[in-house]
Amino acid sequence: MRFEQIQQKAASAWSEFTDPGRPRILVGTGTCGRAAGAGEVLQAIRSHAPQAGLEARVYEVGCLGLCYAEPLVELSGPGLPRVLYGGLAPEDVPGLLRDYYEHGDLRPDLALAVMEGDSLEGIPTFKDHPMMAGQVRIVLRNCGLIDPGNIDHYIARGGYAGLARALAMAPQQVIEEVKRSGLRGRGGAGFPTGRKWEFCRNSPGDRKYLICNADEGDPGAFMDRAVLESDPHSVIEGMAIAAYAIGAGEGYVYVRAEYPLAVQRLQEAVRKANEYGLTGDDALGSGFRFHVRLKQGAGAFVCGEETALLASLEGKRGMPRPRPPFPAQKGLYGRPTNINNVETLANVPVILSRGSGWFAAHGTEASRGTKTFALAGKIVRTGLIEVPLGISLQKIVFGIGGGIPEEKRIKAVQTGGPSGGCIPAELLRMPVDYERLTEAGSIMGSGGMVVMDEDTCMVDIARYFVEFTQSESCGKCAPCRLGTKHMFGILTRISSGEGRPQDIELLEEIAEAVKLGSLCGLGQTAPNPVLTTIRYFREEYETHIHDKKCLSGVCKQLVTFQVNEQKCKMCNVCKENCPANTIEGERKKTPYKIVQSGCTKCGICFDACPFGAIEVV
Amino acid sequence: MEENLDGIFSQYAGERGELIPILQDVQRAVGYVPGAAMTQTARFLRIPESAVYGVVTFYAQFHLTRQGEHGVKVCQGTACHVRGGRRILRAVEKKLGIRSGETSEDYRFSLERVACFGSCALAPVMVVDGKVHGRMTPQKAVRVLEALE
Repeated sequence: MRFEQIQQKAASAWSEFTDPGRPRILVGTGTCGRAAGAGEVLQAIRSHAPQAGLEARVYEVGCLGLCYAEPLVELSGPGLPRVLYGGLAPEDVPGLLRDYYEHGDLRPDLALAVMEGDSLEGIPTFKDHPMMAGQVRIVLRNCGLIDPGNIDHYIARGGYAGLARALAMAPQQVIEEVKRSGLRGRGGAGFPTGRKWEFCRNSPGDRKYLICNADEGDPGAFMDRAVLESDPHSVIEGMAIAAYAIGAGEGYVYVRAEYPLAVQRLQEAVRKANEYGLTGDDALGSGFRFHVRLKQGAGAFVCGEETALLASLEGKRGMPRPRPPFPAQKGLYGRPTNINNVETLANVPVILSRGSGWFAAHGTEASRGTKTFALAGKIVRTGLIEVPLGISLQKIVFGIGGGIPEEKRIKAVQTGGPSGGCIPAELLRMPVDYERLTEAGSIMGSGGMVVMDEDTCMVDIARYFVEFTQSESCGKCAPCRLGTKHMFGILTRISSGEGRPQDIELLEEIAEAVKLGSLCGLGQTAPNPVLTTIRYFREEYETHIHDKKCLSGVCKQLVTFQVNEQKCKMCNVCKENCPANTIEGERKKTPYKIVQSGCTKCGICFDACPFGAIEVV
Repeated sequence: MEENLDGIFSQYAGERGELIPILQDVQRAVGYVPGAAMTQTARFLRIPESAVYGVVTFYAQFHLTRQGEHGVKVCQGTACHVRGGRRILRAVEKKLGIRSGETSEDYRFSLERVACFGSCALAPVMVVDGKVHGRMTPQKAVRVLEALE
């Protein structure tokens, strides 16, 4: 089939989807949606709609990014506006369907946005929704708007047109186009994508590989998961274009086993792309041959590192090796290999279909385009966002994210996961681009952004990340294996009240050594959380070491638990749960009391109290 | 325990690069990777048993011992940590009477701590038998477990 015919077929499938001539209900069933109960809501809709005499078409779609308001449902119908509803429970369904479809009541109390046309009854349009204002969606162009299992939807919205254009160009022209766009690797390091492709293209060898790194291991990051679940074809198309440019006939997606839904959607997408002749032995009749296979990771953070990933694909322990030779020279099975991250590849089809000029118009001089971020932690609107590079953290946290809950004060924003750093509140006006984040001691990273408020202890955060990296260190090189372990030991000592006066200097010294001496990115960046917290929050370390106090009330050994007599309902739960038998009191007689001499500071009473009457001072 | 793994091996060509997918299939079928299965896999791929053992112990996904009927995973990713993931883990450990990495004596439950499920927007989260439960509190987590009993 010629591409024009594929597009025509897709267009008719799309119009059937957008205007089925009857009520249409979309339910967001990405992993986040499901965790918030989208499965139950979907079931309620499927069972209730026929009872209510609604002959509705019900579709499952991906993630719109408004994760804080999950589960999300969009209602529409002939002559009715497309309205998005959030925070639904199964018991809301009958009432909502009746009000919307029978009484013409848009239920502004439950509505989030009008998806198409003007605002109605005080419900804002989707692009004016406070979480959407300031966002530019290139990578997330289809997320939540199409049925991810339906390749026609992807094609009807401009999909595979980039591949069709690329196949009509010479591979070197494709590389030039990507170079002109200014696209840089979105996996963390920010290396220019076009140049990376060129290295691989110019490496001698008749057999080359293209790998999509979907081993999104940074805790606090879920951008790639959302893209793979909600728009898998954008990644497959990006892979096909990259493979054509570098001259690879085989591609692998190395995807985390912790993402079962993404794996399932990818498998389906690979099969469909082959069936449509967009990949396979003769892609779009061009003679270009490209086959994609899936490999599931087995739970090792270090496999996000390129050479470790290659070892893992070859069936070995995922341990990195020195570079050079670079993967572009000697990669998978010793052959030239190009590895790009999910988000990088999802940008590529748009660069080809809309042109490098269009893409480069977004972002800043050195950081073109947009970046997705996973907004999480102590922030009102958590979710998945995409913003032009160069936007300030202030706008992200307080505009898009809606600020900090419970009127608490912001303390820091953590970017780049365990390889990144904590950027203090004073630097919130800083523009988000590769260079500025590096200057501040952090990195862009893959896009995790965790907001921390005054209740977060920065020593504890440093300890948390180093605990993670020391347990994920593969153990091959000594600086990383031993250095992370020692830093973890010192941080544990500080947070348990046994810090020594020279500990901060010792930490800095070890951190520098680990940074300089480690073999791969994991070790080279592991000290970043320690160094940035010392740089910006040194006084917190000093209070822990010299005054033996944790002012955020996090480090258990440095706090005292006590019962607030006003809040205590004398229910006996704390006493029942106390493993040290050090809580006194009698049910319904007098407020309970913790006898401090026996308290082991385990915190169980704090967790067990149903009334929040146990306080940390 | 001697498992018949021929059904699994028949799906593969016997190349080294297939080691991890084979082990994943074994674990799916048996519930963990028993010693005998490692021996058989090594023979099938014509590689040393030590190489198979090295891979099994390197990756967090593989279990060397029989797992409980219900797999409970408590997320300790950054977002979950900041929002009290440690308290969830503590409550679950207390409820099940086992520490993370352990299986209860009656083989009803296995408990693991996991670095991130990518459901950070709903932190803190817990995954029970593959289903993600978001916005947990220690009390809610205990109720989720009680519902299984």
